[in-house]
Amino acid sequence: MSIGERMLRKEDARLVTGEARFVDDLVIPGALWMGFVRSPYARATIDGIDASSALEMPGVQVFTAADLQDAWANPMPCAWPVTEDMKAPDHWPLAVGQVNFAGDPVAVVLAPSRYAVVDAVEAVVVDYTPLDPVMDLEAAADDATVIHEGLGTNRSYTWTLSPDPDAVDQAFAAAAHTVSERYLQQRLIPAAMEPRGVAAVPGAYGGDLTLYSATQIPHILKLMIAVTCGLPEQKLRVVAPAVGGGFGSKLNVYAEELVASALAQRLGVPVRWTETRSEAGVATIHGRGLIQDIELAADAEGHITAVRVKLLADMGAYLQLVTPGIPLLGAFLYHGVYDVPAYAFECTGVFTNRTPTDAYRGAGRPEATYALERSIDALARAVGVDGAEIRRRNYIAPDRFPYESIAGLTYDSGNYEPTLDRALELVGYEGLRLEQARRREEGSTKHLGVGISTYVEMCGLAPSRVLASLNYGAGGWEAATVRLLPTGAVQVVSGSTPHGQGHETSWSQIVAERLGVDADVVEVLHSDTAISPIGMDTYGSRSLPVGGVAVAMAADQVLAKARVIAAHQLECAEDDLELVDGSLQVRGTPSKAMTLQAVAFEAFSAHDLPDGIEPNLVGQVTYDPPNFTFPFGTHVAVVEIDEETGMVSLIDYAAVDDCGNQVNPMIVEGQVHGGIVQGAAQALWEEAVYDESGTLRNPTLLDYCVPSAAEVPQFRLGSTFTPSPTNPLGVKGIGEAGTIAATPTVINAVVDALSHLGVTDITMPASPERVWQTIEEARS
Amino acid sequence: MNITLSVNGRDQSGEVEPRTLLVHHLRDTLGLTGTNIGCDTSSCGACTVLVDGESVKACTMLAVQADGHEVTTIEGLAGSTGDNGAMHPMQQAFHEQHGLQCGYCTPGMILAAVSLLQENPQPTEADIRLGLEGNLCRCTGYHNIVRAVQAAATGEVEA
Amino acid sequence: MIPASFDYVRAASVDEAVAALTEHGDDAKLLAGGHSLLPLMRLRLATPAVLVDIGRVSDLSYVSEEPGGDIRIGALTRHHDLAGSELLRERAPLLAAVAGQIGDPQVRHRGTIGGSVAHGDPASDLPAALLALRATLVARGPSGERSIPADDFFTGFLETALAADEVLTEIRVPALMPGTGWGFEKFNRRAQDWAIVAVAAVLNDGTPGVGLVNMGATPLRAAGVESALAGGASAGDAASHAAEGTDPPADLNATADFRRHLVEVLTRRALESAQA
Repeated sequence: MSIGERMLRKEDARLVTGEARFVDDLVIPGALWMGFVRSPYARATIDGIDASSALEMPGVQVFTAADLQDAWANPMPCAWPVTEDMKAPDHWPLAVGQVNFAGDPVAVVLAPSRYAVVDAVEAVVVDYTPLDPVMDLEAAADDATVIHEGLGTNRSYTWTLSPDPDAVDQAFAAAAHTVSERYLQQRLIPAAMEPRGVAAVPGAYGGDLTLYSATQIPHILKLMIAVTCGLPEQKLRVVAPAVGGGFGSKLNVYAEELVASALAQRLGVPVRWTETRSEAGVATIHGRGLIQDIELAADAEGHITAVRVKLLADMGAYLQLVTPGIPLLGAFLYHGVYDVPAYAFECTGVFTNRTPTDAYRGAGRPEATYALERSIDALARAVGVDGAEIRRRNYIAPDRFPYESIAGLTYDSGNYEPTLDRALELVGYEGLRLEQARRREEGSTKHLGVGISTYVEMCGLAPSRVLASLNYGAGGWEAATVRLLPTGAVQVVSGSTPHGQGHETSWSQIVAERLGVDADVVEVLHSDTAISPIGMDTYGSRSLPVGGVAVAMAADQVLAKARVIAAHQLECAEDDLELVDGSLQVRGTPSKAMTLQAVAFEAFSAHDLPDGIEPNLVGQVTYDPPNFTFPFGTHVAVVEIDEETGMVSLIDYAAVDDCGNQVNPMIVEGQVHGGIVQGAAQALWEEAVYDESGTLRNPTLLDYCVPSAAEVPQFRLGSTFTPSPTNPLGVKGIGEAGTIAATPTVINAVVDALSHLGVTDITMPASPERVWQTIEEARS
Repeated sequence: MNITLSVNGRDQSGEVEPRTLLVHHLRDTLGLTGTNIGCDTSSCGACTVLVDGESVKACTMLAVQADGHEVTTIEGLAGSTGDNGAMHPMQQAFHEQHGLQCGYCTPGMILAAVSLLQENPQPTEADIRLGLEGNLCRCTGYHNIVRAVQAAATGEVEA
Repeated sequence: MIPASFDYVRAASVDEAVAALTEHGDDAKLLAGGHSLLPLMRLRLATPAVLVDIGRVSDLSYVSEEPGGDIRIGALTRHHDLAGSELLRERAPLLAAVAGQIGDPQVRHRGTIGGSVAHGDPASDLPAALLALRATLVARGPSGERSIPADDFFTGFLETALAADEVLTEIRVPALMPGTGWGFEKFNRRAQDWAIVAVAAVLNDGTPGVGLVNMGATPLRAAGVESALAGGASAGDAASHAAEGTDPPADLNATADFRRHLVEVLTRRALESAQA
């Protein structure tokens, strides 16, 4: 099984049998259980903490911010100061003096058991003086009440991308059509199925600490724990065991990880914590949270001549690891797949008294794609053509690649129109329009709607120099080591950190292709900084285009060295050797050959190596990609709306995606399926709802409507293949593309279903009541 | 209180607090950590086990309620077919159809699907989707889970 | 996630349960399938000092037919068994249909009709169906047994006519003539969710019954709809009375106004099903 094949996953056996160990599964003798006392108020002063009742319970200890003050060498990290003058409050693992969101941790409790710590947390009494919370984003931006007094404002930063403001103004002045839209990106709860958890285990010999965490970023976390807790980096080990989904929400440095590390170090005993789902609703970062104002200028035929975007971004109460930069990841893509000559983008990040926002599947790019794909439908209406046609008129033509965008990106490759053609074909577009017309003529109250979106996204984070220009605090490389062992087995050590993406399988396929070995003899090691010490972890759809490419390059190094050794042993020229079925053979004389296993053994025994060649067959690469990769595609959604109840049913969905060459098409499809449902969920079901006092009303899965199988259909998938010139495998990422495309696709379908009533917009999520109200208003 | 459960075919006796949830008894006391906890409102189904052969959310049952009953967890599923060492057809089907990604919801999903087929051996696609309404997944989008259950139902699963 | 501590008592019979309730009074709650109570206890919204487990009482799970027509259902009969009962499907199909849509399959394997009904939640489906069917609930207490008409059973939000020392033992449903029209419309965001609004209707030979889910502090009878139907009104006309006398809640899923609108739509649809 090698590149391009639908290899069944190596990861599955331990997962379908329940043998995989997630962090809460770990057996840690002597561990104390940690629980957190959290503020019920969105904004309040902490007047006193009375732990006396809790301390009467056997084995209970309680620590407040004051008790742990000397545990921190630095405040909690924000690794992306997006502007020089960005304002950030000090953020400590336990709130100091004041709480700033409902859920803000105030004290940490230790108890001997999972059950006892819940009782103990309940027994801690905190005196608060509630203050009026700042919940409205626009009011927050106006600074009527400043949340962090020391900053003097709630505006954290304003970031602009405006290569030629005059050109933009001129385009709008001269435009035959202009579209001006406001969209609300509601806050989402990422809700990976596994809640977060940690276990900090001090070593037996003093000074060393192992932190097990349900994290996407063991390498980055290790560095941040060293810096924040003042612990020696070389004595830290961070392990991500099996991790049950992340979607960006586990790409962070959380208070619980820091507190566990500090307490384990201080007390010399293991300390562990598992999040409850209700707790996750407030203690784990939220996604999205934007007010978007987008304007398009276009000529008479609907060719877009300028795009102007202004965002207000809800940071929440504090800046977590990359909070301020998330909306900016979309900054370059508000013109998407369209050839637009003038562009202006501005984003202001604003504090509110809510859980901090941060990366959530797509991280800035779903927001950009939504605003663009919604407003281009509005442009279509203004021009008087349908959604497919307006897009065709504006697509960047296939002969323009690599494409230098007005926003400063170089799109590596693209060919957009075939994805539209194929998606429309898959969904039976012509027939749907006929059916829609028929229903409208009959006056049916079951409205059929078709929505289209074409997207491009930038992933495969990222060229380190580009990150530097954005003031991002780390690089975008990825590391891989490939070892061909004396028995012919292969060990791959990857800096990627999978949590469902199937890297063990995909990396095995890559090595199988490069070395001609069986994928089954390849072992992929990852997610433990003792075993894989160097890495930049998994997020931003980067693992294949950066991490997988590193693996391929490391395998190539191994093969190159094997050729040298084999040529020496076979007494031939390196160029005469070809790799056939895992053997290096002299071309034309197949009997003169060495298996790779034999070469590996020779390298291991080192009895006869050419001068200058070190023993062992090891390839080691740290690959810094020269560019992002730009997957693209077109999705089409079909909805049916029951007018009387407002219920929107997603009845059909086609997705045609192009992620370049595919290592494992089965895994690609799975990523698209899951991505689509999350994107559709933002459109139809999900929203973090707050009351006026700043309390999150729906932290549980009872009230936060993550959809089930009963809510969504089967999907019709197609692929086109436009390889990326960015890397030798020609691959692009695919992990977030489904989500990026799906949200506007579904909302466009909802709007289309009601277009004959004059409806042009609906607020997300398009709940039954919102849809019903929209129809009522349109009909009145 | 002392209770005895038959878990994956073996009697397991022990002392429990009355408030101990079955899921915690299985995971923490009996070491059967395959059953996972994904929520606290009986919404997600990750904790689904079989009690007397029927799917039940182990988070919404007290261990004392399971006293005297038969419990099958994901660890016991393969053994339950009597075919020594081989995976249960449902496990095999999930593998072959790529019906899992992170795997956290998977044990509960598999057991819910086993119970579903027991009660409805020839489900339509709609039956399957509705039959899994109590099991949430964030990774797969359900498309391949449905195909896995269909494959298990029609027996199109490699041994 | 973890309930507060409590004392646990097992009752092997109804009489033992009654005795335990008598002894502990308001400190005690009955535990049947646990799917109304345990979710509340896990969030510590309910913290009873004593749980009296009647789940093992062996003779309270049945669906049987009285000579003379009443269907008798043991209080510990699970939703799954109600949905699958051939007798119920034949003689009171509304009840089987309603039971089959409660929660999800796992919930239906554990939840019982008695537990659900005694909980007194206006958002539960079965109470409204029992109102529509003009059911009678049988309770046993220290002074013996009594029958309570469904109309008198639901007294307030999460409150029923059951005394603290009474155990609901049986639900009696007048059997419907074969071919009696019935309809059940449940509206929710996701299939597993509680109803935003639901309507249970049965056109029982001149005495139509229409029960409403989640339109007030208790399950409600749509009296206006029933009298309109009795007066010969069409489904649509009758349904226009559906919101009369209701006081629907406003919550995350719907405003009161939307519920008032929905109940009319769902009532009309339930009646149309019933008339088909």
